[in-house]
Amino acid sequence: MFAADFEYYRAGSVAEAGQLLAAHPGAKLLAGGHSLIPLLKLRLAAPAAVIDIGRIAELRGISTDGDGLRIGALATHAEIAASDAVREHAAALAEAAGQIGDPAVRNRGTIGGNVAHADPASDLPTVLAALGATVTVAGSGGERSIAVGDFFTGVMTTSLGENDLLTSIRVPSAAGRGTAYVKFSHPASRYAVIGVAVSLGIGTKGGGWISKIKGEQKETVCTEAAVAVGGLVPTPVRCGAVEAALNDQPPTAETFAAAAAAASGDIGDDLLGDVFASGEYRKAVAPVYVRRAIEAAAGRAG
Amino acid sequence: MSSRIFGSGIRRREDPRLITGSATYTHDIVLPGMAHAAMLRSSHAHARITRIDTEKARVAPGVVAVYTGADIEGGLQPMPCAWLLPDSELKVAPYPCIARDVVRYTGDIVAVVVAETPYQAQDALDLIEVHYDPLPTVIDPEQAAGADAPKLHAKDINGEDIPGNQAFHWVVAGGGDVDAAFSEAAANGVVIKERILQQRLIPNAMEPRGAVAQYNRATGELTLWNTTQNPHIVRFLCSVVTGVPEDKLRVIAPEVGGGFGSKIAAYPADFITVFCSKTLGRPVKWIETRSENYQATTHGRDHVQDVELAATKDGKITGLRCTVHAGMGAYLSTAAPGIPTILHGLMLSGCYTIPALKEDVYGVYTNGVPVEAYRGAGRPEATFMLERLIDMLAGELDMDPADVRRKNFIPKFDDGHEVVTTLNYDSGDYPGALEKLLEHTGYQALREKQKAGPSNGRRLGLGLSSYVEICGLGPSQVAGAIGFQGGLWESAIVRFHPTGKVHVFIGASPHGQGEETTFAQIVAAEIGVDAGDVKIFHGDTDSTPMGWGTYGSRTTAVGGAALALAVRKIRDKAKVLAAHLLEASVEDMDYEDGKFFVKGSPDKAKTIQDIALMANVAWNMPEGMEAGLEATTFYDPPNFVFPYGAHLAVVEVDTNTGHVELTGYTALDDCGPQINPTIVEGQVHGGIVQGVGQALWEGAAYDESGQLVTGSMLDYALPRADGLPNLDVISTVTRSPHHPLGVKGIGEAGTIASTAAVYNAVMDALRPLGVKRVDMPFTPERVWRAIQEAKGS
Repeated sequence: MFAADFEYYRAGSVAEAGQLLAAHPGAKLLAGGHSLIPLLKLRLAAPAAVIDIGRIAELRGISTDGDGLRIGALATHAEIAASDAVREHAAALAEAAGQIGDPAVRNRGTIGGNVAHADPASDLPTVLAALGATVTVAGSGGERSIAVGDFFTGVMTTSLGENDLLTSIRVPSAAGRGTAYVKFSHPASRYAVIGVAVSLGIGTKGGGWISKIKGEQKETVCTEAAVAVGGLVPTPVRCGAVEAALNDQPPTAETFAAAAAAASGDIGDDLLGDVFASGEYRKAVAPVYVRRAIEAAAGRAG
Repeated sequence: MSSRIFGSGIRRREDPRLITGSATYTHDIVLPGMAHAAMLRSSHAHARITRIDTEKARVAPGVVAVYTGADIEGGLQPMPCAWLLPDSELKVAPYPCIARDVVRYTGDIVAVVVAETPYQAQDALDLIEVHYDPLPTVIDPEQAAGADAPKLHAKDINGEDIPGNQAFHWVVAGGGDVDAAFSEAAANGVVIKERILQQRLIPNAMEPRGAVAQYNRATGELTLWNTTQNPHIVRFLCSVVTGVPEDKLRVIAPEVGGGFGSKIAAYPADFITVFCSKTLGRPVKWIETRSENYQATTHGRDHVQDVELAATKDGKITGLRCTVHAGMGAYLSTAAPGIPTILHGLMLSGCYTIPALKEDVYGVYTNGVPVEAYRGAGRPEATFMLERLIDMLAGELDMDPADVRRKNFIPKFDDGHEVVTTLNYDSGDYPGALEKLLEHTGYQALREKQKAGPSNGRRLGLGLSSYVEICGLGPSQVAGAIGFQGGLWESAIVRFHPTGKVHVFIGASPHGQGEETTFAQIVAAEIGVDAGDVKIFHGDTDSTPMGWGTYGSRTTAVGGAALALAVRKIRDKAKVLAAHLLEASVEDMDYEDGKFFVKGSPDKAKTIQDIALMANVAWNMPEGMEAGLEATTFYDPPNFVFPYGAHLAVVEVDTNTGHVELTGYTALDDCGPQINPTIVEGQVHGGIVQGVGQALWEGAAYDESGQLVTGSMLDYALPRADGLPNLDVISTVTRSPHHPLGVKGIGEAGTIASTAAVYNAVMDALRPLGVKRVDMPFTPERVWRAIQEAKGS
């Protein structure tokens, strides 16, 4: 690796990282290095300073926190994939983390770095969008939370400010619902050409006294559907039309197929493509992956 | 011959050092005072250089020297082409080590920086200002041959014009009147036509290329450590290009991490490194990055093939006619002209009796990386053409593809069969190979399963590929006749030490094929020593005898024969010495398993170790016998060897998304007697996987301006274990009648067969949908689009 010269600093705490960021405008943060180092290697990034936050203890760890998970920015993909807490509260997140790259990447790469890098072909942002996660950020004005829907603003751009440090991610529990992540991997990079995350409840509708008067039967239906698609668009997209087509409908193959077909409208036309797969193709087959993710999530619900 | 060791799948002795990281590669060579070179490579695919300003780089920290094309003038001769194809209007374009006026591909070297550290060298590259005047580019070989195409070279090395960027036009024709065969088929039979694109492939050896040059000003001697498949050829060519005389030039191929053909060629960067060391009087190291490897180390394939097959209505082939535009890249690499011609066109009739054929091959200069041998080198492209057209014929006639093959196979032969291209195949049983494969795989049952139709949109496809290939290159007289500027024999020195331990020095240069193990097995089998008592030396031109290198599945086929014959010479001498010591006449002596004894008295034997001791101390030798127990052989094969086989690929195509999954693969290969079946199986595995890679994943893509879009492993998809089924490898054994051990090569067989097998399987799955053709690799999008288009039509 022949990176351009840079100054290296190691931060011992979040506060120190903040001071270093303020003192070195344009500095890049280094955590697991799996996004930054390839850029340095190819000289696509040549920051004057690199601030290593990889040993800050307060950024580590995965814990349950009220009705959800708190995942430290330095939690690695391997830790997330293997975490019982994540599997219980956000199975799709563990599933996605386990499909990133290869074991070496998963052992080094971190959720904070992954999310902050905001590669549209990344897996975790899509899952976090479906699960309604929030990102906690330490900045010059103190700590604040940003909903994932507001965090990603474009290809490799986020609402993080110059001196901000992503410290943790909060994921509300999806326990009781079924969650799944289905991915069409690029055969070379293993990034998502299309990634679909679904969270789905199976509940009942009707059976109350009004229904009884009306003579309606109690009916099993999909509830709390949350569907996000990534890979083919600049930022993860929540699929409102798909969700609407699922909620209150019986969990049948017909429902899933009809709901998945609605994904095209949700995805829109700001499509990403490359020499391997054009945007047009990605959009055309995306509903197949949406349907598969819905089926997988439904199979785990209840 | 001992049955214990020849044919035993003992473990590769190479592996402990390779898998524990204790092997020494070129990059591991560190010398006192060593400087580091970095190449500035053109960012344009085709441009005129109007000015180069190196001032800032020269004064940058750590920089020792900067050289441009002007600076090497006189110090480095142009790169020679070493396969001068006769009767082909060959036009060799000048190939300077450093481009001076015009760059012709992204990666062409424009300057070199030598610095104290590799980082400083890399930093200084950014400080060199090159002013380019861009020229139009052309990547597609057929377009490059067109009248309106940009002209890559003003003149060839003889000062002649190069119309249509045409490097050569080579024709192979044989048998009857091919045009008449097509007229007849058009009237009363069938004619199948297809356009096949053999996409550019990037070889991807585990170790990128590199060189370390150490010049000694006092002695004028130069040592070059180089990642090469053929150090003796490098010495030869390095001497020509750099002017260091061959006797003062030592080339060492240390551990070499694979090559697949990409380390056959001589490269400008290696000789520039030599130039730097010679000029500066200090050791210089150059190691390419992976990106540089993609951008500048030779690629493979790149054919546009237009193929026609004539046949009767009952499926008997009557003619084959093809035109191939073979992309050569910007310059003719060392062996490049021979690949799409000799190694391709002469194998066009494959395993079949084809009464008439003709092929026109146009080698064309393009603005891409030079194209060279890549595992299989010409033969996969020939097998593919034939096997694809045969499956299309089967489809046209509604016959099973196996039946069309049965109808056209050359019958079994065991001592020579001349085919229409004039090659004399050594031995083969093509029908037998296919029948055994079909039986082993339950082919009929798979066809029945296929008839049940798709499940969840997944369609089953079966693909056959019967192949025969030419390897063990080859008789040197033939090499001369076909314009190869070298010999193709191999040599071995076998030396017994007093304790009966053996050193073997070979001219070939294995780099992953396991010959340190198999060659020890040959010695052990031939003279009864333990394989562990035999050490194999290779890869150093100072200590090993001349050899022409490891490529074309030739090392065991040619070098192994040289070795066996050298050991047999030793056995003959040992027998005479043993007779002397036992006071018997040579005619009364017998030999078995390392022991020499008077017939009928095996209990009073002299072992080969006894003989080695006596020969080395020489206390009691027969009159006139020289001391020592050593033999040298130069083996020039009387013919090539022709391994063959039949492969079956099973795929499932997801018609919803276009994804192809290879769900089963069975290979039957016949490489004659197997010295080490485990190593054979490993070679077959690797070969299959590289061929599958071409069918499903791999393809070097350039954009319109000639930039390599698949410039890293993030974009260029290599095969991975999780995309492959378990490979079922079986074999038959047919001896080569002319080879001292009966063996044939096996390094490339898998690749030669597998691309066509997988392609045929995918098209078999898609045929009911009306899909006619899809270009490789079968990306999901291409398959999906083909399905949509077929639906629409």
